Amino acid sequence: MDQRDAALELLAEHPRYRRLVRRRGRLALSLTALMLVGYLGYVLLVAFDKPLLARSLAGGATSWGIPIGLGVILLAIALTGIYVYRANREFDAEVAAIVAEARR
Amino acid sequence: MSATGGGPGWPALAMFGCFVLLTLAITRWAARRTRTAADFYAAGGGITGFQNGLAIAGDFMSAASFLGISAQIFADGYDGLIYSIGFLVGWPIVLFLMAERLRNLGRFTFADVASFRFAQAPVRTLAALSTLLVVLFYLIAQMVGAGQLIRLLFGLRYPYAVAIVGVMMTLYVLFGGMLATTWVQIVKAVLLLGAASFMAAAVLWQFGSPEALFARAVQVKAAAAAAKGAAPAEALTAGRAIMGPGGFIKDPVSALSLGLALMFGTAGLPHILMRFFTVPDARAARTSVLWATGWIGYFYLLTFVIGFGAIVLVGTDPRYLDSAGALRGGGNMAAVHLAHAIGGDLFLGFVSAVAFATILAVVAGLTLSGASAVSHDLYASVFRRGRADPAAELRVSRATVVLLALVAIALGILFEKQNVAFMVSLAFAMAASANFPVLLLSLLWRGCTTRGVVAGGAVGLVLALGLTILSPAIWVTVLGHDAAIFPYGSPALFSMPAAFATIWLVSRLDHSGRAAVDRAGYLAQRVRSETGIGAAGASGH
Repeated sequence: MDQRDAALELLAEHPRYRRLVRRRGRLALSLTALMLVGYLGYVLLVAFDKPLLARSLAGGATSWGIPIGLGVILLAIALTGIYVYRANREFDAEVAAIVAEARR
Repeated sequence: MSATGGGPGWPALAMFGCFVLLTLAITRWAARRTRTAADFYAAGGGITGFQNGLAIAGDFMSAASFLGISAQIFADGYDGLIYSIGFLVGWPIVLFLMAERLRNLGRFTFADVASFRFAQAPVRTLAALSTLLVVLFYLIAQMVGAGQLIRLLFGLRYPYAVAIVGVMMTLYVLFGGMLATTWVQIVKAVLLLGAASFMAAAVLWQFGSPEALFARAVQVKAAAAAAKGAAPAEALTAGRAIMGPGGFIKDPVSALSLGLALMFGTAGLPHILMRFFTVPDARAARTSVLWATGWIGYFYLLTFVIGFGAIVLVGTDPRYLDSAGALRGGGNMAAVHLAHAIGGDLFLGFVSAVAFATILAVVAGLTLSGASAVSHDLYASVFRRGRADPAAELRVSRATVVLLALVAIALGILFEKQNVAFMVSLAFAMAASANFPVLLLSLLWRGCTTRGVVAGGAVGLVLALGLTILSPAIWVTVLGHDAAIFPYGSPALFSMPAAFATIWLVSRLDHSGRAAVDRAGYLAQRVRSETGIGAAGASGH
């Protein structure tokens, strides 16, 4: 192991680093779970209850499948947006502070 | 008339000529800026998050998805939406689990990341092999589609069409490297988004609201069923059927399996992952996924409107139908005919040229990814043990580009009459079953070892390929057997967990000296991947 790696392993023990990784990991995992549930739920709905998706939404031609499918697309964009918003606002600054601290 | 796809429409040829000149100018500009390996493989790391987002979106907005999905909607309605959603939902996963870590650990290929703390030779060999397989299947599907499309649009003979695509993409990649490949993709993405937006807007403007469009489409489908002799009640049911799921998803197992392949395959496609090395840092990598997800989602909404617009405006217009009532030029021409119905010969020419451009841009990215695997992973890291002269490495890369182009042209011609529809989903299944488990566990599990990832990656790759061969798409459709040995549409539901389980089991049982080194390297790799400390610089200069 070279000296750099030793320094990095020291950083791994730093409470501030550990807190960042835990917070970011929890966010990423929850958002991944939401996407999985949303999409696989949609796929299973298609597999098991086709009539529901084909049912008319408001008496017209538009079916329930349209807003539900649209919802999955918007969910994907929204979850991505939530992650980027939090990462840009919180995590980047925290990483920069940790790296600066480690350099000293 | 050119709309029939018989002869080369002059507007189409003129606009395609303009695109070719523009991309050659980009290539010339990029060639002057491409000197080092970092320039060639990763555009010098100087692409912004917004630009990279457009390029990534461009990789997904292939001719197959623009023409193929609008054709599926034209034929079956709602089913096309289910398919396109599958291609979108992989993006959030790439962002949450991969994008920033990839940027922080890698330089040119995803194998840089997968082999970071492992023995270089075995892991890179496996990664290069799976990259080449994924790229090859994806490439064949694109080449065959390209040949058929160009023959229809421009009246060129199939082998010439395939050869033109091969030669053009070779020029971009050979001289302009990643910089040209990225900018050709960006230009095409903007053109395609513009053309599709205009078409969707024109359709919605004509009908006033989505509800009016859907209602008219249902009427058209019902009238078509009645014309074929269905009773009024049956015809109405047939018309209504386009507003809900139809035959696309047959059994729940196939549905789930294809869903997993599309979702996690995105996070394992080598030509997509390499785009994260073209941006300067993790923040730009993140931004590029947000833009890509937005553009791809928007594009699929447009495709949905375009497909329904085609049902009404193309499906009822005898100019676009043959005597049997089928679409002239085949199902894939729905969007192209719609372009003519909306904007006449001039707009038809524009959309045809954009469709051709789409193919060129996508195959260029695929080829560069395959060439990087050969030169950076196999030649420089395995064969020369990391001590290759950068100039020699670039020569190998360029030679591989030419070789891959020749192989792609040959296979494109060879597979002309074959059913290649399974190839894209096979590429996704292999990426989800080999690259994704290897990357994820090497990034996040301390106990993971060299032997584990090599064994697990190989199992995933072989199983994805083997089960696909035994599935209906090849065993019955291509090979002509009566019944498929593997009854489901996609292997991912089985091959992906098998890969994860093999990596876990082999790693747990691995007590070799190398395994100790692998595990000892985890902590430092983890800190690097989380913080970007020691990440490869923004540029090679």
